[in-house]
Amino acid sequence: MTVARLSISSLNRGPSKKRTVLAGNDPILSGAYESIATVTVGAGGASSVSFTSIPSTYKHLQIRAIGRQNNAANTGNPKIEFNGDTNSNNYALHILYGDGATAAAYGTGAPTVSDVMITAGANIAANIFSAAIIDILDYSNTNKNKTVRSLTGADFNGSGTIRLYSDLWMSTSAISSITLTPNSSASFVQYTHIALYGIR
Amino acid sequence: MPQTYTPIASTTVGTATNSVTFSSIPSTYTDLILVVNGVLTGSGGGRFRVNGDTGTNYSYTRVYGNGSAAASDRNSNQDFAYGSNLTTVVSNGIYHFMNYSNTTTNKTIISRNSASDAMVNAVANLWRSTAAINSITFDTGGYNMTTGFALALYGIKAA
Repeated sequence: MTVARLSISSLNRGPSKKRTVLAGNDPILSGAYESIATVTVGAGGASSVSFTSIPSTYKHLQIRAIGRQNNAANTGNPKIEFNGDTNSNNYALHILYGDGATAAAYGTGAPTVSDVMITAGANIAANIFSAAIIDILDYSNTNKNKTVRSLTGADFNGSGTIRLYSDLWMSTSAISSITLTPNSSASFVQYTHIALYGIR
Repeated sequence: MPQTYTPIASTTVGTATNSVTFSSIPSTYTDLILVVNGVLTGSGGGRFRVNGDTGTNYSYTRVYGNGSAAASDRNSNQDFAYGSNLTTVVSNGIYHFMNYSNTTTNKTIISRNSASDAMVNAVANLWRSTAAINSITFDTGGYNMTTGFALALYGIKAA
């Protein structure tokens, strides 16, 4: 069976409308999911990527990314920080992950570095990038601390990792800026692509 | 702000089949999302290929839980990408083809999928090709997707 193009009948019986799209959840129709900003790293690399002046008019945010960084390792672990808050006492995280042989879990309360995704590192064959889908829930609510969940991973044809992250930012401030920073003083390399979306 | 998350094509299986192909996928989006949901005639799983590539250019790393333990595995140099553990009980998978039309990078596909009577998975697939993806074939091997099995393809476009 080949589905070459969208037909009216398939639209009519297409997926039901949902209110939110989060990593791994059901999709929604356009109109509630908007592109806010996108960064594609150039030839010079980037020591961090920031989204600023984020409008407060959405319900949730989603970051969709492919990433690679220049540290001498197989993978990197960029962190996420909000509103310029670099105080590790304000972040906590838990991870479930598999490395192809073993499933494991890691968790820590504050203080911690708020790792949120995997990147491919410089020891991996060229032009292989990781992927990440990061959901930031109820980001503009001033009555809640902020919860982040992420599906991220990469396979390198003989190694790799797949991870589920849960991060907590212990602040009730509305999120107006987001910064992703590679670990080990590394930089994101060219073609790293990070896109921010708003969900109504 | 540009609105995005657009249905590209969808189908609901009428006559049982073990293969569905989405072809002529436009290159104008940033990411693709393939959603599958339904029942097979046997518990055999699902898999996919892109651009009709039958070479051993696929590999994956997986973490999963089967109801009694969490585990992880990997397979390299495969001729299919890992899809999901579809079974005779309704199962599903959501596959994110990231930067699918980029002609510089190899293609990473991340997914979550589940079979309520078997297991839950999160998977990272790699297709070792820098070609833009223009077709996706979802295949269930020796078993068929039964009547009512739904597949839908969406495009997300970044600003």
